[in-house]
Amino acid sequence: MKRYTRTHEWIEVDGKVGRVGITNYAQDQLGDIVFVELPEIGKELRKGEVLCTVESVKSASDVYAPVSGKVVEVNVDLDSQPEKINKDAEGEGWIAKMELSNPSELDELMTEEEYEKFCSQGE
Amino acid sequence: MGDEQSYRSYIPHTDEEIKTMLDEIGVSSIDELFELATGKKGTAILKLDRGMNEWEILKKFEKLADENMDFHFGAIFMGGGIYNHFIPSALLEIANRGEFLTAYTPYQPEISQGTLQALFEYQTMICELTGMEVSNSSMYDGASALAEAVLMGYRLNQKKKVIISKTVHPEYRDVVKTYSQGLGIRIREINYDEGSGMVNFNELFESMDDETSSVVLQYPNFFGVLEDIERIGKKVKEKGNVILIVVSNPIALSILEPPGSFGADIVVGEGQPLGNTPNFGGPGFGFFATREKFLRKMPGRLIGETVDTSGNTGYVMTFQTREQHIRREKATSNICSNHAHNAVMAAIYLSLLGSDGLRKVAENSVINAHYLLERIENAGYNRKFDSPFFNEFAVECHNLDKLNRELLKNRILGPLDLGKFYPELRGVGLFCATELTRSDDIEALIEVMKGMK
Amino acid sequence: MGRVRTVFEKSVDGRRGSSVPSSGFPKRDLDEMIPKKFIRSTPLNLPKLSEPEVVRHYTNLSRMNYSIDVGFYPLGSCTMKYNPKMNEIISRFEGFTFIHPYQPEESVQGALRIMYELQEKLKKITGMDHFTLQPSAGAHGEFTGMLIIKKYHEDRGDFKRKKVLIPDSAHGTNPASSAMCGFEVVELKSGKDGRVDLAELKSKLNDEVAALMLTNPNTLGLYEKEIEKIADLVHDAGALLYYDGANLNAILGRIKPGDMGFDVVHLNLHKTFSTPHGMGGPGAGPVGVKEKLRDFLPVPIVDFKNGRFYLNYDLPKSIGRVRSFHGNFIVMVKALAYVDFMGEEGLKKVAELSVLNANYMRKKISEFLKIPYNDFCMHEFVASGEELKKYGVKTIDLAKRLMDYGFHPPTIYFPLIVHEAIMIEPTETETKETLDNFIEALKKIVEEAKSDPNLLKNAPTKTPVGRLDEVRAVRKPKLRWRGDDK
Ligand SMILES: Cc1ncc(COP(=O)(O)O)c(C=O)c1O
Repeated sequence: MKRYTRTHEWIEVDGKVGRVGITNYAQDQLGDIVFVELPEIGKELRKGEVLCTVESVKSASDVYAPVSGKVVEVNVDLDSQPEKINKDAEGEGWIAKMELSNPSELDELMTEEEYEKFCSQGE
Repeated sequence: MGDEQSYRSYIPHTDEEIKTMLDEIGVSSIDELFELATGKKGTAILKLDRGMNEWEILKKFEKLADENMDFHFGAIFMGGGIYNHFIPSALLEIANRGEFLTAYTPYQPEISQGTLQALFEYQTMICELTGMEVSNSSMYDGASALAEAVLMGYRLNQKKKVIISKTVHPEYRDVVKTYSQGLGIRIREINYDEGSGMVNFNELFESMDDETSSVVLQYPNFFGVLEDIERIGKKVKEKGNVILIVVSNPIALSILEPPGSFGADIVVGEGQPLGNTPNFGGPGFGFFATREKFLRKMPGRLIGETVDTSGNTGYVMTFQTREQHIRREKATSNICSNHAHNAVMAAIYLSLLGSDGLRKVAENSVINAHYLLERIENAGYNRKFDSPFFNEFAVECHNLDKLNRELLKNRILGPLDLGKFYPELRGVGLFCATELTRSDDIEALIEVMKGMK
Repeated sequence: MGRVRTVFEKSVDGRRGSSVPSSGFPKRDLDEMIPKKFIRSTPLNLPKLSEPEVVRHYTNLSRMNYSIDVGFYPLGSCTMKYNPKMNEIISRFEGFTFIHPYQPEESVQGALRIMYELQEKLKKITGMDHFTLQPSAGAHGEFTGMLIIKKYHEDRGDFKRKKVLIPDSAHGTNPASSAMCGFEVVELKSGKDGRVDLAELKSKLNDEVAALMLTNPNTLGLYEKEIEKIADLVHDAGALLYYDGANLNAILGRIKPGDMGFDVVHLNLHKTFSTPHGMGGPGAGPVGVKEKLRDFLPVPIVDFKNGRFYLNYDLPKSIGRVRSFHGNFIVMVKALAYVDFMGEEGLKKVAELSVLNANYMRKKISEFLKIPYNDFCMHEFVASGEELKKYGVKTIDLAKRLMDYGFHPPTIYFPLIVHEAIMIEPTETETKETLDNFIEALKKIVEEAKSDPNLLKNAPTKTPVGRLDEVRAVRKPKLRWRGDDK
């Protein structure tokens, strides 16, 4: 199951764990990603708290936790190849895996269709 | 007083032009324009004098300059962070070109390659001198550079205790305290050993604990003494997760093993000795160098090499996401304007001198200082600390105030009174020599000193 | 013009560009004086060139720079006015450059007099009661001023004021300086007219707020007409009002920040007071305060007693020093010379003609570019390149194209509240012809954007290098020259 936030993150849940990243729309707006400050493994976050920061040359954008939970894995490839987010934001450019502490929060997020509509309205 | 409207040399508008422009805007007068823009009528009264003409200004400032005793060619034995080295004529002539002086921050790299390349070269030279991997393109001065280094240490390990030796420049320590207030960083000052003038090792090592964020040393230290940073560096590394910050003199580093070799994580200092006149203490510039792995946590502007659309080499400001204009309250520093011009002066200076020339400056400073010490000791005075030193050393002078007054009468700028900063060292003079210290100046000094015995 | 090789690549062993004065004493080996373990064994690679080579190298570099001496530099928020040559001559007098900061006061009375006179004149200009000249730049002044505010509250026993209000239009140094003082930054949304929204301000003011930081005119070039009301609201809430003096040029001599109700101000001598920007500095950021804040100023301040100027360290509540020595003295010399030269009438003209120039440009440029807050402005205004986006052109492209027409582009993408911002500050020292030429070029470029956008997207073409790859600069960092690169 894949869900989207108004702050342009996505989460794809498999069991209790979800892969998190920024959306293709977001990477396009940011331009070339040059650095990802990955979160620490084990970090506990509430929904909406800052998970990590993604940098382009002229911006540093916070990425927010789409749901509450614990960071269980990070995509270390992004350390050396942050451009993976530009190439495949919603696949190989995933940022972290989170163990959900409250899966019902997913209901508050958007489906792919809803998100597309949200973006086309210019936010 | 003076030509009534001197200012018109800088403000070009004729009355007709003003009228045309007002018409274009659709207002009848400048007063009306101000009223529309500010919602207020009238103008303040400042009670300032009328403007002077250029000749009067030159005359006034010539006179003010004359009210200062300058030491360009004079006998000066004072250091303490600002040093009197030779400044090549070519340096002043090039550095003061309008293309350098009247450009601003290289926001538009295509028309700022001169600034960018000169600063890129500067960064390289600072890396060479300090033995570090990256240098920013300047800070305000040595003291604020140190304070920023301490804050960076905190960013790196989130710990709030800073250990700083009392042999670090007293004003630098004051600035560290000022900068630490807001963030609740605690400063622990470590005494110096009364015999050696070095930091008290035992006290330093004992005070290092798990809360220690950084250890700050100066090399050569404020007393001119060479601190054993190798030994301290080892201890700091053993402890782990403690940032070693070293304040240094860039000229000394041409002959001293650089702090980078002893495990320093951040090296900072005052760059004035590199081709900048003393300027009553400012502007000089601060240099700031660190390890590449800490790059993203460092303050200040960084210049990097890249290529243009046709593949030509060019330079840009880079890693700007650290800076205030992008990261705002989360920036690694608030610094915006820096001391680029002074840094470029340093680059030109180092280009003119080269490694050999700079080494000569340092070597001659050491030789002169050691000769000076010999003469002072022969005159019956005692050195205060017994460790190896670079170009400064402390001497016990019974009535230093009187000695300095007497020296000044002879147009000799005597030693700095350490009592100004260390009450227990009242009457101890910090003498300094550079490559410019002449033997007749030394003899004149000794003459007065002998007379005071 | 092509690339200039780095000074390192030009180095030839055996050359030198300066004669080092010899010691005059018998030569001694270094290791007689300094223990071996301290003596450098790490190689030192500094360039070796003759003097003419060094002169050519840096002269050629300088020619790749755009500067005020070369042409129009309407960089908004930076006040790139003409830097008088007189100041440069004066500032090189040996009585200023070859004096040591620790010289006895009696031997530097001229220097102390300059500092004192400058303080006194800045008081008159700003309406503040006391000044420190120690801070080295605007941001340094902000840090100083905000720390004074923090100390002031704490000294009153009020420790809960941990927040600072800052408009969303503010310069990045404002939040960054506040954060360095340990404050939490609360952003104020600007009102529809681009000014402070009083309702928004009221809703955020409470007894946890230490200060409101403002620039007036603000970064849109608009004067805060309700400034007295704002000051009352802030003071009634027990907070203080901070003035970022970056935009003082607009009101110089005509309106004093002290009269508006500001408690702390910083000035930028490198903007308003004509001292050169030097590729990024040195500048100076003196801070002025009202009487009740005097005791918190950094030490020392320059005072006058019994016919002598002296450095006064006797401020027991001082925040301490913010840098070594006495500040950027040489910059102060230039600023004082400027104030003396201009006189009261001249300073007023600065404000008047900078505002005239800006409004003239605003009026003419509004005919072909959108100006989101198109009201009578002060010394600068902000246009937007948003309408060019439909032609595939961004503001940065327009800026780059201006270089091909021989101009320095305005500040772009600041303030953040205007999309595709183009911030234009002409200053008072520019002639009407210059403004007209710039306006004409800008108009042409806007037309080009519509008819041939590639002209903009491929610009600049007449500069020493073309557009530079900033992404590569971060992904493959090269922050120093290394021999093995080539
Ligand atoms: C509005 C504003 N505030 C503060 C600053 C910071 O001044 P400085 O660069 O002197 O530190 C600037 C500089 O451009 C500015 O435009």
